Amino acid sequence: MTAIGTAATTATVWTAVCRTDDLPRERGVAALVGGRAVALFRTYDDEWYALDNRCPYAHASVLARGIVGTRGDVPFVASPMLKQPFGLRDGVCLDDPDVRVATFPVRVVDGAVHIGVDPQPS
Amino acid sequence: MSPTTDGRRPRIVVVGHGMVGHRFVAAAVERGLTETHDVVVLADEPRAAYDRVALTSFFEVGAEALSLLPEGAYADPRVELRLTTAVVAIDRATRTVTTAAGETVGYDELVLATGAAPFVPPVPGKDLDGCFVYRTIEDLEAIRAAAAPGPDGTRRRGVVIGGGLLGLEAANALHQLGVDTHVVEMAPRLMPVQLDETGGAVLVRHIEKLGLTVHCGVASTEVLDDGTGRVAGLGLRDADPIHADLVVFSAGIRPRDALARDAELEVAPRGGVLVDEQLRSVSDPRVWAIGECAAPAGVMYGLVAPGYAMAEIVVDTLLGGSAGAFTGADMSTKLKLLGVDVASFGDAFATTPDALELVFSDAVAGLYKKLVVAPAGPDADGTARDDAWVLLGGILVGDASAYGLLRPMVASQMLLPENPEELILPESRGALQLGLPDEAVVCSCNNVTKRDLLDAVDVDGEHTCEDLGAVKACTGAGTTCGSCVPTVKGIVEDYFASVGKEVDRSLCEHFALTRQELFDVVAVHGYRTFTEVVEAHGSGRGCDVCRPTVASILASQLNGHVLEGETGALQDTNDAYLANIQKNGTYSVVPRIPGGEITPEKLIVIGEVARDFGLYTKITGGQRIDLFGARMEELPLIWTRLVDAGFESGHAYGKSLRTVKSCVGSTWCRYGVQDSVQLAIDLELRYRGLRSPHKLKGGVSGCARECAEARSKDFGVIATEKGWNLYVAGNGGATPRHAELLVGDVGTEDLVRYLDRFLMYYIRTADRLQRTAPWVESLDGGLERVREVVVDDALGLGSELEAAMARHVDTYFDEWRATLDDPEKLSRFVSFVNAPDVPDPAISFGTTRGQIVPEPGAPTESVDLGATIPVGAPR
Repeated sequence: MTAIGTAATTATVWTAVCRTDDLPRERGVAALVGGRAVALFRTYDDEWYALDNRCPYAHASVLARGIVGTRGDVPFVASPMLKQPFGLRDGVCLDDPDVRVATFPVRVVDGAVHIGVDPQPS
Repeated sequence: MSPTTDGRRPRIVVVGHGMVGHRFVAAAVERGLTETHDVVVLADEPRAAYDRVALTSFFEVGAEALSLLPEGAYADPRVELRLTTAVVAIDRATRTVTTAAGETVGYDELVLATGAAPFVPPVPGKDLDGCFVYRTIEDLEAIRAAAAPGPDGTRRRGVVIGGGLLGLEAANALHQLGVDTHVVEMAPRLMPVQLDETGGAVLVRHIEKLGLTVHCGVASTEVLDDGTGRVAGLGLRDADPIHADLVVFSAGIRPRDALARDAELEVAPRGGVLVDEQLRSVSDPRVWAIGECAAPAGVMYGLVAPGYAMAEIVVDTLLGGSAGAFTGADMSTKLKLLGVDVASFGDAFATTPDALELVFSDAVAGLYKKLVVAPAGPDADGTARDDAWVLLGGILVGDASAYGLLRPMVASQMLLPENPEELILPESRGALQLGLPDEAVVCSCNNVTKRDLLDAVDVDGEHTCEDLGAVKACTGAGTTCGSCVPTVKGIVEDYFASVGKEVDRSLCEHFALTRQELFDVVAVHGYRTFTEVVEAHGSGRGCDVCRPTVASILASQLNGHVLEGETGALQDTNDAYLANIQKNGTYSVVPRIPGGEITPEKLIVIGEVARDFGLYTKITGGQRIDLFGARMEELPLIWTRLVDAGFESGHAYGKSLRTVKSCVGSTWCRYGVQDSVQLAIDLELRYRGLRSPHKLKGGVSGCARECAEARSKDFGVIATEKGWNLYVAGNGGATPRHAELLVGDVGTEDLVRYLDRFLMYYIRTADRLQRTAPWVESLDGGLERVREVVVDDALGLGSELEAAMARHVDTYFDEWRATLDDPEKLSRFVSFVNAPDVPDPAISFGTTRGQIVPEPGAPTESVDLGATIPVGAPR
């Protein structure tokens, strides 16, 4: 088992959303986790990240459909609407540190990708 | 000037509304002269002023584009413009003029701007039917009518009398009209005023290569009569007559000074109202003359720039200024005649004592360049300067690119570099620009000095322009005739290099290459994936700038499926889902409707699909139908229906060909001269799916009425009686631009060949997201450069560009059909990877005017999109 990305706690509820083969490298896909849309990303070196799918600039549920790349060493996704870049590790907008989208822990167990959500209301 | 004694506002009467008359009025308005004076313009021509210098382009662009006053009137209410109002007499005693209609108009100041008339030598037969002059739009219209091919399609034959600047322009017009053209010049060479014998001979070779025939050193004796009062040819002294259907006199101009003579104003011996340095008649201080009807110090100036200078000086003087004085003009000339660069400047004939000539001549390449130099005199302190030379003038034929550098060197009298011949050897300019003194005027049209340019780019200064475009905008340099642009560019780049400022043209942080360099790198190495490209030539894993750019380059070169393998992860969301994302995250769908032509059956299918999926429906500007509000997971279902009905992707989502808009053309329209719909369909199908640096739009109009608005497109085709005119590099949008004529009257086969080359040349060399208009502007030489590469094939790239396009055409496939056939690609079209058919709850719709519209989603974040009226979602 590998857990990558945002730290999980003992209380985290994990949802298996897909197999690793279901998502090509450097792409994103939306998953329905606990009733909310979460954007799942896989980088070129097979790290997995999950962000809230909602773009805070566009107010639309679209981040999973952005282009995945790097800025320096930071993996990021560019919102498909107006291209604001969000760091995949912490969800912070690289051009405006005051704007941040929620992140979720991701783990891969036997080829299955799990996204974790904290039970308490976010 | 003070008001008149009776308290009335003083009135300026301007006689003539040519380019110079217009410039006078424009300056009077701009500089505030109309605050105190009324201006009445009395013009005998039926049209307001137009650009006579560009008269040869009339056949291409039409009268409207040439007009200097398209609105037909001045915005300033104190200016009255009266066309078709010839002045027949001046009464200086009562200060009135009389019009042909018998009306008298009083003046306080009278400005004569009556221009010049063509000189028709007194040869017998000069008034026969078929004799013309070349001066006005009406003249050109008459020439065009006479030049139309005979009933059996035979080409007309024409003779131009006069091989000077104007004569060659007239010859160009005849040649454009498909007339077999002869030029007869009495002097032993063409352009005798500007060129020496060798330069003239090089020009003859260029012109004869185009199929014209030049006769120099030949005098015309009479225009031959065919027995019915029509032109049959031109008789020559000591030579066989030339058979011809039309004769155009273009043997010089004479000032139109009859009004002044009748009013007993003094005129110069060779014609023209004799005026002082303020352009005031030497006979009457209330009368002024400007432009070609004036003769300051007895000399008449047949170019527009001195006329403009005169107009400004009179305005200045009437405003009470005293600075302006006309003391002569730079008669340097640079122009393109029949596609040949010709320039003549300064003392081109080495008449100065001690002048020497440096000549570079390449008969094979058709180049002739001559510099006239003289020993530099002693410097300001009186010290002799041995072996130092200055430039006095020169002649350039075949390549006048050095003109922009050389002309200011004459004006500034700077010392020449050690090996002055390098100035005219091919490919030797550059690096020398910094040798120009700061006060050298680089752009003579707008009087911009090298110092002005350096101020504009000075990193510590107030302007700090970052590139050539900003410098041009800031200083005005190079924005009129454009001949100095290479020099301006050189000065700017040399300066940036001297201060160690890199002009960063990198695509993004991952690639220190321009798009064009990247395109070449991909082509040379034959890369097929982004990973190969970024590992060999870049860093990191790319971003939203370089990934789609590389995707576009790979698509242009390989024409594979844009969602194939790794490529799918490079695409912007529009290309990634083959649809256009909208503000609420849904997509719009645009099936291709080539040329805007659609059967009722297919129209019904679109309607049914829109109805069944509840899509908002709107007609686009490109003559197709846009269906909005499709959820991503619905796209394959929608396209299954559309593909089954015979539709294919319209690529509305791609940086690629969108549509080729057409008018209804000759099939239905009573005015149409060609089948514009067929051509639009053929072109749209030919270029569909072609990935390019930005979107591409086309248009085809079936006649000159231009109902398809083709000249607002990247490529626009307009039917002519003889074929098609191809216009390129137009666009709508925030900075609308009319497309300009690339080539005229070509057949369909040639049209397609030039278009293939044009589009591929653009795709290879443009910057990312650079549309065709700014791309053409960015090229050294602009549209002329494009014409050299595309039409004249100057780089020998023609067949390569055509082959690249042929590859595209041969390998085209409908990417939506291919997507539907591939489960791997289809697997991406899900709302949620773990709930593929559950609609995203964040998407909801309202209703406006009976159709769906986006409604803001569930407000889990701050949502601030303004009020909406929820009328209930239709699904």
